[in-house]
Amino acid sequence: MSDTTTLKVNTMADLMAKGEKPEILFWVGCAGSFDDRAKKITRSLVKILNSIDVNFAILGTEESCTGDPAKRAGNEFLFQMQAMTNIQVLNGYEVKKIVTTCPHCFNTLKNEYPSLGGEYDVMHHSQFLQQLLQEGRLKIEGGSFQGKKISFHDPCYLGRGNGEYEAPRKLIEELDADLVELKRCKTKGLCCGAGGAQMFKEAEKGTKEINIERMDDVEEAKPDIVAVGCPFCMTMMTDGVKNKEKEDSIKVYDLAELIAEGNSL
Amino acid sequence: MGLSNLLFILIFLACVVWFTINVRKIRRNILLGKEVVINDRKPERWKKMFMIAIGQSKMVKKPVSGILHILVYLGFVIINIEVLEIIIDGIAGTHRIFASPLGSVYDFLIGSFEILALLVLVAVIIFLIRRNLLNIKRFGFREMLGWPKTDANIILIVEVLLMTAFLSMNATDQILQARGEAHYVEAGMYPISSFLIPFFESYSSSSLIAIERGMWWFHIVGILLFLNYLPYSKHFHIILAFPNVYYSKLEQKGAFDNMESVRKEVEMMFDPAADPYAAPVEPASEPERFGAKDVQDLSWKSLMDAYSCTECGRCTQQCPASQTGKLLSPRKIMMDTRDRLEEVGKNIDKHGKDYSDGKSLLGDYIQEEELWACTTCNACVEACPVSINPLSIIMEMRRSLVMEDSKIPQELTGMLTNMENNGAPWQFSPTDRANWVNES
Ligand code: SF4
Ligand code: SF4
Repeated sequence: MSDTTTLKVNTMADLMAKGEKPEILFWVGCAGSFDDRAKKITRSLVKILNSIDVNFAILGTEESCTGDPAKRAGNEFLFQMQAMTNIQVLNGYEVKKIVTTCPHCFNTLKNEYPSLGGEYDVMHHSQFLQQLLQEGRLKIEGGSFQGKKISFHDPCYLGRGNGEYEAPRKLIEELDADLVELKRCKTKGLCCGAGGAQMFKEAEKGTKEINIERMDDVEEAKPDIVAVGCPFCMTMMTDGVKNKEKEDSIKVYDLAELIAEGNSL
Repeated sequence: MGLSNLLFILIFLACVVWFTINVRKIRRNILLGKEVVINDRKPERWKKMFMIAIGQSKMVKKPVSGILHILVYLGFVIINIEVLEIIIDGIAGTHRIFASPLGSVYDFLIGSFEILALLVLVAVIIFLIRRNLLNIKRFGFREMLGWPKTDANIILIVEVLLMTAFLSMNATDQILQARGEAHYVEAGMYPISSFLIPFFESYSSSSLIAIERGMWWFHIVGILLFLNYLPYSKHFHIILAFPNVYYSKLEQKGAFDNMESVRKEVEMMFDPAADPYAAPVEPASEPERFGAKDVQDLSWKSLMDAYSCTECGRCTQQCPASQTGKLLSPRKIMMDTRDRLEEVGKNIDKHGKDYSDGKSLLGDYIQEEELWACTTCNACVEACPVSINPLSIIMEMRRSLVMEDSKIPQELTGMLTNMENNGAPWQFSPTDRANWVNES
């Protein structure tokens, strides 16, 4: 399925040149910028923002990794170097509000940048979309997802890490879909296995991969769709479903994709 | 003053002194940790302590063991009011001294203690069955073999004995009261122990007095010894749970601390006014170690965590790494930290403050393989009923491995190099960052 929509995307530099400021900065994140599957999530969110004329901008080539994987891997130096570099750029543009599709970027920007001099109002895209919905700016239609059984896999850094369990679920309910919880959900949600820099290495020796363990919950709940809110969960869940040879019956989508596709964007 | 009062006073004082010595040792050991100042947001801290430590809000997430635990805990606290009376009686040679001033309130109190004692007895027996007969996975991990299992069983069996002694003491006391024996004032209400009367009724008054006194002594000496067992046991959590929850992290769980020592250096590098050739303004003291290799490198809060751990395994049960057979178990991290800290403390007792045994927590107790298996998912932190944070110990050790020893899994080295070179964990050019805009 090729995606031919033309996206309207400004960089902060473009807007600055015109003497303008956007309502929000969309922090794309490394996965959202470079990972083929995650790029689709990025494009979906932009389609939604474009469709309701949200004035946003990206940093483009001026964005750099938040440093989350370095920090979690134990390299605090590299983390703080990355953070200071990004904070200089963000403060240079006088950024106030940031939205991101990656819970790891979200957590780092929101919780770990302030004491280094970067204070912003940071939202995960599920929270921002819910806010748009509440304000009446966004309508969610659901389209072909209406009546579908959808399970939400809580990302650790959105759920336990930052206490946000409701926003993603509100969005799924708004699709007119049937939210079926996985056995381990919310505060007891099972990690996908990618956090803490695990994404970038093989797992230690054990009896099972974590994403395969997670498939037990998925197979029990029998959803049509597993919804995720994190590009790394996306990779792990997709691999898990493939490993169980269930890719025909169970699809994995990000929340932004569900809304964009449901609204036929 | 009779001989028995004197004996009681001696035993009592000895136990109090012994307990104080051990508690001070634990305090000293905890303070071996790195200094961190935790004195902000006091009302929030009190509230959290009220909810989690006193209200046991996390315990009831597992309803069966949670509710049973609340019974034992309530019973423990309330029945200890009775201990106050026993101590006064013991010192003064009186019998049931609270009976006449409290009147019918006393009857009510004794009655409720008895009911609680029965409930505790039932709960503790169920706990024993769960621990020893049912195959509950979280009690079966490798760190629970040997001493930890015995420790748990000792505590439970002692509770059974203490409660049985308490009820038998009341049963014999009642009979003696009814027979109008001198000294045995008529007082109290005995809804439970009255069922035990048939076992004792046929005895002569002098045997009953002997049994009653025996049980009285067993009960109080048992409690005093139990008190002194706490510092050697996971059961110390009944004391430390409260301060430990009070001092626990209030920030979002996802928020990790930014290391101050690193911040200063990085800020210098970013400060255009800094003179690159200036002599470093390091204080004369020893440079701080990055991360933690041994217990002294951890914060005192992490060390208090270690002494507060109840070894319940709720953390390990929720841990994705433990669940998939990896070597990592957050409970083991806490138990290792405590064991090593005890060892360091004993070394100080024996050889003085500056002695080093050449061992360390990282390496001799905790292996790298355990640390690298963690996904930093916070499931352990969320699950812990006494707000322990195993993840913060894991992170401190990773910092030590990476920043002090450059010991890091090879694939992660690649990731870090990429980040340094091109600002992303993968090898992509930063100029391609916005290519997604025009790709389809
Ligand atoms: S944070 Fe680490 S130790 Fe704790 S539950 Fe998650 S993987 Fe296990
Ligand atoms: S750290 Fe907490 S949850 Fe884990 S065993 Fe100790 S007390 Fe239980």
